[in-house]
Amino acid sequence: MRRILTGLLLCVVLAATVWAGAQKEEENKVEIFSWWTAGGEAEGLEALIEVFNQKYPEIEVINATVAGGAGSNAKAVLATRMQGGNPPDSFQVHAGHELIDTWVVAGAMEPITFIFEENGFLDKYPKGVIDIISYQGEIYSVPVNIHRSNVLWYNKKVFDQNGLTPPRTFDEFFSVAETLADKGITPLALGDNGIWASTHLLESVLAGSLGPERYRGLWNGTTRWDGAETKRALTTFVRMLEYVNSDHAALSWDAAAQYVADGKAAMTIMGDWAHGYFKSKGLKVGVDYGWSPSPSTSGMFIMLSDSFGLPKGAPHRDAAIKWLTVCASREGQDAFNPKKGSIPSRIDGDRSLYDEYLQAAMDDFASNEIIPSVAHGAAASEAWVTELNDVVSVLVADRDVDKAAAQLQKIADKYAKK
Amino acid sequence: MLYQRRELLKAAAVVLPSIIAVGIFVYGFIIWSFRVSVSAWDGILPNFTYVGFKNYIETFQTQRFQTDLWNTLFFTIFFLGLTVTTGLALALLLERSVKGEDVFRTIYLFPMAISFVVTGVAWRWIFNPTVGLNALLQKLGIPVTWGWYTDPSTVGPFHVALIPLIIAASWQFSGYTMAMYLAALRGIPEDVIEASMIDGATYFQRLTLVILPLLKPITLSALIVLGHISLKIFDLVYVMTGKGPAFATDFPGIFMFETTFRGNHYAQGAVISMVMLFLVAVVIVPYLVSVFREGRRA
Repeated sequence: MRRILTGLLLCVVLAATVWAGAQKEEENKVEIFSWWTAGGEAEGLEALIEVFNQKYPEIEVINATVAGGAGSNAKAVLATRMQGGNPPDSFQVHAGHELIDTWVVAGAMEPITFIFEENGFLDKYPKGVIDIISYQGEIYSVPVNIHRSNVLWYNKKVFDQNGLTPPRTFDEFFSVAETLADKGITPLALGDNGIWASTHLLESVLAGSLGPERYRGLWNGTTRWDGAETKRALTTFVRMLEYVNSDHAALSWDAAAQYVADGKAAMTIMGDWAHGYFKSKGLKVGVDYGWSPSPSTSGMFIMLSDSFGLPKGAPHRDAAIKWLTVCASREGQDAFNPKKGSIPSRIDGDRSLYDEYLQAAMDDFASNEIIPSVAHGAAASEAWVTELNDVVSVLVADRDVDKAAAQLQKIADKYAKK
Repeated sequence: MLYQRRELLKAAAVVLPSIIAVGIFVYGFIIWSFRVSVSAWDGILPNFTYVGFKNYIETFQTQRFQTDLWNTLFFTIFFLGLTVTTGLALALLLERSVKGEDVFRTIYLFPMAISFVVTGVAWRWIFNPTVGLNALLQKLGIPVTWGWYTDPSTVGPFHVALIPLIIAASWQFSGYTMAMYLAALRGIPEDVIEASMIDGATYFQRLTLVILPLLKPITLSALIVLGHISLKIFDLVYVMTGKGPAFATDFPGIFMFETTFRGNHYAQGAVISMVMLFLVAVVIVPYLVSVFREGRRA
């Protein structure tokens, strides 16, 4: 009995000490919530934290990452914490509507325009980016990187052997695809297990056939989904699917990229994380694989971005603001992006740190028309995207353009702001 | 007397926490889910405005949920049928040839010890249309190009993509039904069998007229256990195929997860949960009632 009592007492004392310790440390901490747990993403985050530590050695960074499910696990955890009134100091979220419709409209975020103003960052970001991260005239997040979604990656050897050049328009695409199909090579690799890769392909086709203005219109309600032009785009999309590997539903995007790397397929339309994938497999850009904007989208830069925001009631608001300032600084971005394999969202990044492809992407980012990606949360809310994905899933299977157009219009009526 | 009261107190102290926990975390949350399902909570922040059964009607109208219900129905029928018959066949075989029974019993029971997630990963590769079973058969000279779980075609409302899932799930649980049947077979009194043999019954007659009727209660409990697994299936499908092309392998559990935690449609997620609870209740409640009645009779 005495032993038990002593044990109990010890537990209580221990718990009290730990609690007191935790209380004391509270002031000099900042908790950063993300789903960057592996590979270049985790390395990039660590590089960013290192920059922060050098500037603010007195503040301890708590790196709260949640693994798995391309962020869906982390999003579920985040939702629970926010609803329970226990927000992290700053969290990762796709820039654009994924942040705005989920959190900003619900009144859970603080505007951070002042960070951009006080540090003179406003003219360091392209207007297209500022538009995407803003809601009712206020900026709500710091985009730490930029990825491009409309890139056509191709196997250079396959193209050279067959005397082909990367297609710049849809007509060229179909003639190239026809040649490749005759040779018994899968023209276009797709890995849409989990369907977003199909939506990813669709957004490239929509932007390519509608142009930037009417593409934007799809998300603000000024372009009709069941109009003739959009239907023509959907028909092109369905026609492209005829040149896709038959096992696409069993593959993930990286398995599809592997088909291109192996020469089993000639092309794939994927974001520029495919570049990181090819590099990690020891392939050389310009020798083994090449890239060009996806058909009919030259001059357009479909962007997506990871960003950090400031939740209302963040326990360490001052430290969080310091964190966001580091994220938005040139130094922070140049530490993060070369590791992550993306380009800085600022236009003044240090070019010498980036490789050949990323430098070209930086040039395009500075000069092209920037439009938001829907598959990756920039163009529409997650509520909209989940329903859109469901329609695309059926469209890929039954290829019924009219039905899909009608359903997509119905969803747009529900979500697009008039 | 004092001693008894102390025993009683002890018993209460042991049982009470779990009663309270179950009360809060099971029944309390069922009520809470129901409240969410009739609310206007669509978005990240709670909104408990009462909207009646509007969410139920809307959910039942979506093509995806209708497909889910059909999939659940077909999956349940075929999964239960296949698992019970395979289990019974294995048990009868083991019962007849006792040599090496331990080894076989272990082999058949082993899958049940593995988590659905592991099973899902393994069977995803086996049924992968390019590197799995098809590749093996093609190497053997049989030109199979069946798409397995990537095939969006249907026979009536039945999605053929469900077949690999049914096989995988049955593989996992056949050992369980086998073990139950084996125990039941061992429990059949020798003299009943001997009597039938003296009467000149063939093995088939003995099986259909004597053994199978005696196995009925076991079949019933196997069906109950497998039935609720099948109605709330999530992990195996999530890992193995996801929702599949055009929801070919989608189930209410997956729809619930995606609509709630990706789309932030909390009310709709709660509706789907309530429907799943209802489906499981349809299976479990009659069973509980019959068990309760038997208990009182005994």
